[in-house]
Amino acid sequence: MFYDALIIGAGLSGLATGIRLAMFDLKVCIVEKHTEIGGLNSFYKRKGRIFDVGLHAMTNYAPKGTRSTPLGTLLKQLRFRHDDFRLCQQQISEIRFPDKSLRFTNDFEFFAQEVRDRFPGQTDGFQKLLKHIREFDELSLDDRAAISARRILENYLSDPLLIDMILCPLMFYGSAREDDMDFYQFVIMFKSVFMEGLAKPQGGMRHILNLLAEKYKSLGGELRTGQAVASIDTRQGAFRSLTLSGGETLGAERAISSIGYVETLRLCQPSVAPEDPEAIGRISFIESLFVVDRQPKELGFDRSIVFYSAGPRFRYRVPAEPVDTTSGILCCANNFDYPEPLPEGLIRLTNLANPGQWDRFQRKEYIEAKKEWRGRALEKLRKFLPDFRESVVFLDTFTPKTIFKYTGHINGAVYGSPQKIKNGVTPIQNLFICGTDQGFLGIVGATLSGISMANLHVLKGL
Amino acid sequence: MTKEEVRAAILEILSDIAPDEDLSSIDDDKKLREQFNLDSMDFLDIVMELRKRYNLEVPEKDYEHLVTLSSCVSYLQPLLKNRQLVG
Repeated sequence: MFYDALIIGAGLSGLATGIRLAMFDLKVCIVEKHTEIGGLNSFYKRKGRIFDVGLHAMTNYAPKGTRSTPLGTLLKQLRFRHDDFRLCQQQISEIRFPDKSLRFTNDFEFFAQEVRDRFPGQTDGFQKLLKHIREFDELSLDDRAAISARRILENYLSDPLLIDMILCPLMFYGSAREDDMDFYQFVIMFKSVFMEGLAKPQGGMRHILNLLAEKYKSLGGELRTGQAVASIDTRQGAFRSLTLSGGETLGAERAISSIGYVETLRLCQPSVAPEDPEAIGRISFIESLFVVDRQPKELGFDRSIVFYSAGPRFRYRVPAEPVDTTSGILCCANNFDYPEPLPEGLIRLTNLANPGQWDRFQRKEYIEAKKEWRGRALEKLRKFLPDFRESVVFLDTFTPKTIFKYTGHINGAVYGSPQKIKNGVTPIQNLFICGTDQGFLGIVGATLSGISMANLHVLKGL
Repeated sequence: MTKEEVRAAILEILSDIAPDEDLSSIDDDKKLREQFNLDSMDFLDIVMELRKRYNLEVPEKDYEHLVTLSSCVSYLQPLLKNRQLVG
């Protein structure tokens, strides 16, 4: 069997690549290690309930009919209607620090007004920052030298609290780098979170993934789940074939891998040059899901998402301890505008975690540690938000170890490598990457990453 | 294909590419890019669809002819006049 293209990984970016190629009659096969599709944005079942993995909300919300937005481009390129995604918008979210809070909705002007009200001295600088952001071409695929987002923010804003408050949700939702972001990543995130906005798909990630998988298959694409790639075989620096763990070899003109840059190169045979340790991502999270016996609003949670920092300075780095309880994200799935209220209350709590620490725990310690750190995070949270511990009827916690197990991302690094390869090129000819390490993040970003790489490296050259 | 058929064929491609757009009010002499906010990715799709449906290759230097619906028709009609839908 010889394919036009092989794709490694059936997450959003892999599926999107597959749809684009199958749409124009290329012979494509996606190879997925797990039995379920989705990769970093998947779902799982526990006791009859279905939970999304990691998804708090989809960023980049744009209403139907808005053109030239990332969501609009995604829908057009994959030929979906806006209604197909069944997006339900957030109500109101908040960035909560000890002395100040900024609320935001999907109406950007509301956020801009909050900034003016809470930080009157920063109004002028904030306007100039917005102008810079609006005029910046963050989606360019050219690799440029990294620019520090903090440095640019400091050029416009003199209050470090405002800088930290703006960075807090953007780093939490997409920074593979500690304490800073590349400016283009910052602009992507700023636009996707504040200027566009948050929504959740009715039916969760399963709905979105099924839409993509169904479209891919209906276009003739082949999907092999439960089959891991054992090696990416190359000859004289060019891609030749994939060998699957069962021994089968699939040959193709080219391959596009969504499993991460270093992760991809590690599979190459013969092996490629030694990797740069700086290219290995380390940012990971622990996340607990709490099913509660009433609507979160009845417990006093009226926000869609709260991004919080218990200290005046927000630190976004790998903690020395297993979990950093001083900051986090709390998401109430119920506080999105679903056509029908969700049957159960669902609260999700996410904190930065240290992958090495979680990796070292033996099984029994690991289970104990999950319980202990979940308790500590909740204890800290109580200073900010109502205590809901009495109302919990079901809970589940996953850690960097879990993320590694299901996604293969080294360190369970959900945002991948701090060094992004925007043009998707690898040292191996005809082997490209898409997804997290290409640099467009989030549901919409990952999907666009697959689309862009399919267009750039395959369709344009046909 | 007649001019009218070429026009219909392009409209069909556009409706597949931009399912949320209302094409009934299309102005044949206005830029497609502006009417439907098509970007370079969309033009890639128009070209790819022509290739897929009619086995027609549009070289990159000719993309400039795909500006309005009527300019598309004038450019494509001579090329498509002896062609039919593939398979």
